[in-house]
Amino acid sequence: MEFFEMFLAVGFWSATIRMATPLIFGTLGELICERAGILNLGIEGIMTTGAMVAWMWVYQGGGLWEAVFVAAFFGMLFGYLHSIFSVYMGLSQHVTGIGITLLSTSLSYYAFRMLLPGVTTPPKITPFEEWPVPLLSDIPVIGEALFNQSPLTYVAFLSVLAVAYILYRTPLGLAVRMVGENPMAVEVQGIDVYKLRTGAVMVGSAFMAVGGAFFTISVFDAFYFDMINGRGWICVALVIFASWKPSKALFGALLFAAFDAIQIRVQQASVSFIPYQFYLMMPYIFSILALIIMSRKAAYPKALLVPFRRGQR
Amino acid sequence: MLLEPRKHTPLWMTISAPIIAVVIVLILCGGLIAWAGAPLLDSYIALFVGAFGSKFALAETFVRATPLILTGLAAAVAFRAKLWNIGGEGQLYMGALATTYFGTGLITLPPALMIPFLFIVGAIAGGLLLLVPALLKTRLKVDEVVTTLLLNFVVLLLANYLLFGPWKDPLAMGWPQGAPVIDEGILPNLVAKTRLHAGLIFSLVAALFIWLLMTKTKWGLEIRAVGNNQDAARFAGISINKTIIRTALISGGLAACAGVTEVAGTKEYLTLDISPGFGYTGIAVAMLAGLNPLAVIISALFIAGIFNGADSMSRAMDVSNYIADVITAASLLLVMLSVMLTRMRIRWN
Repeated sequence: MEFFEMFLAVGFWSATIRMATPLIFGTLGELICERAGILNLGIEGIMTTGAMVAWMWVYQGGGLWEAVFVAAFFGMLFGYLHSIFSVYMGLSQHVTGIGITLLSTSLSYYAFRMLLPGVTTPPKITPFEEWPVPLLSDIPVIGEALFNQSPLTYVAFLSVLAVAYILYRTPLGLAVRMVGENPMAVEVQGIDVYKLRTGAVMVGSAFMAVGGAFFTISVFDAFYFDMINGRGWICVALVIFASWKPSKALFGALLFAAFDAIQIRVQQASVSFIPYQFYLMMPYIFSILALIIMSRKAAYPKALLVPFRRGQR
Repeated sequence: MLLEPRKHTPLWMTISAPIIAVVIVLILCGGLIAWAGAPLLDSYIALFVGAFGSKFALAETFVRATPLILTGLAAAVAFRAKLWNIGGEGQLYMGALATTYFGTGLITLPPALMIPFLFIVGAIAGGLLLLVPALLKTRLKVDEVVTTLLLNFVVLLLANYLLFGPWKDPLAMGWPQGAPVIDEGILPNLVAKTRLHAGLIFSLVAALFIWLLMTKTKWGLEIRAVGNNQDAARFAGISINKTIIRTALISGGLAACAGVTEVAGTKEYLTLDISPGFGYTGIAVAMLAGLNPLAVIISALFIAGIFNGADSMSRAMDVSNYIADVITAASLLLVMLSVMLTRMRIRWN
């Protein structure tokens, strides 16, 4: 296959957009948390939980859209748990986040084993089908790739617009950004810092869980252990790469997914001397490189990682 | 809600806080066991007997605690300096890879030299792996949490490649495993008819050594100073970057030694499932111990016991052994909370 022909193929672009979807959800979710000053390293586990509960809901006879809300609900639950430790108690956000990841992952695995004892091959469900957008999906290449996707992919793209609008054009968004920069100033305005941060972490976690659900009820039709496989951590890197801006997060997720799509195609197409494991390393190495490139000018939210304790300066 | 510092923390509170937290965790997880339809008390008895109830169970718990002490120490040292090394898993595999590279026939030394040699090359490999994120942190301000996490996946894929490719043992019937460690490099057995090996002694000595390092030496003081208050440390003339690099080499080296004990002691050859997440569990071990190197021994034994006990409980009671992971994760969170509450009190208003 000619390397450049790949970029003209619809398949490449639609795969890129499909692979970007969970990254968009995860990165947006992490971005919301961090904008409010809370690093949420629970992301990896919350995505796993979202993947498990959404799949299980459908497998037990529930609807696909209901499953998305079930995933979001469980995401919020773990987000709330995270904020008890990180927001109210002001404990180390690093360790809290790892703890939430370990807890939500192990609870999901335990629940999966309990609900489906003795299952060796993972059972399957009927996932979301593509929703071609009338007319738009007839535009050659771009339209065919962009407007012939699973409905959750459209939700992801619309979420970027919604989050960007809320963050930059509404009083709520201003308050969220402010609480990540200077929580004392927010407190002075009579807004409850704890509640605001908790709300941001819960909403962000809901996004993460929906990103996880995309794997089991949209791209694939089954739940596997280790399914998320570090994609949550990649989202944490993407937030830094995106300088905490939703539009750049979308760009980062697409760029990243494009690299992934290229990597898979090169791996499949060429009689390669390079073992496949080295291709699989690429996403992680790209993330590290992206961090190196962006970190120098990274403008962290000033109060990120700084616990707020009322009545103390 | 207000948090205010306690003026004085009584000793009984410091000691009982983690124990109370663990008891609460066991009660909460009782709900999960009840959900599985197993009798609660019998299940916990099965867990306890499976962990500590016989010579064999006790030996297995010590075998499992050996790498956990080392990864726990790795996290404890790094977290003291607020170097967030979440890459214990990758460093462990670096130690395991180094053991396989040097210990399967490349070099043959008498056992008294061969075993220390394997620990040294393993520790160097792990230290070098953590040196990359540490240098990125000190030179370019790249967040080490994400880089250490991502490197775990890179190292695991490297091990995967080596074991499916050039390092695959042709005598292993097609299984992806490395060649066996030569006899001179095998950690000697401690108790006949069990798997207990000298790796335990190494990890206990390491804990003692790290405790001395952290409490009695200038390096330890510097590490703690950098973790407590970077500005004050800088003002006192401590080089922050040098201390962080030094901490990284120690921490990465300790986690890698867990890989050495597993390959040269427990398994005697490298496989891809040599660590069921010892690197990540080490974080829980360190937090349960309040980052105290000697307490790491006790918390590693506790967690190892939970995992071994859960294995035998799941065989007897039809409760998934993922319950052990749940107990570990919940203990991590609740112990952290309870330790904080010994220093702070909550005032509701």
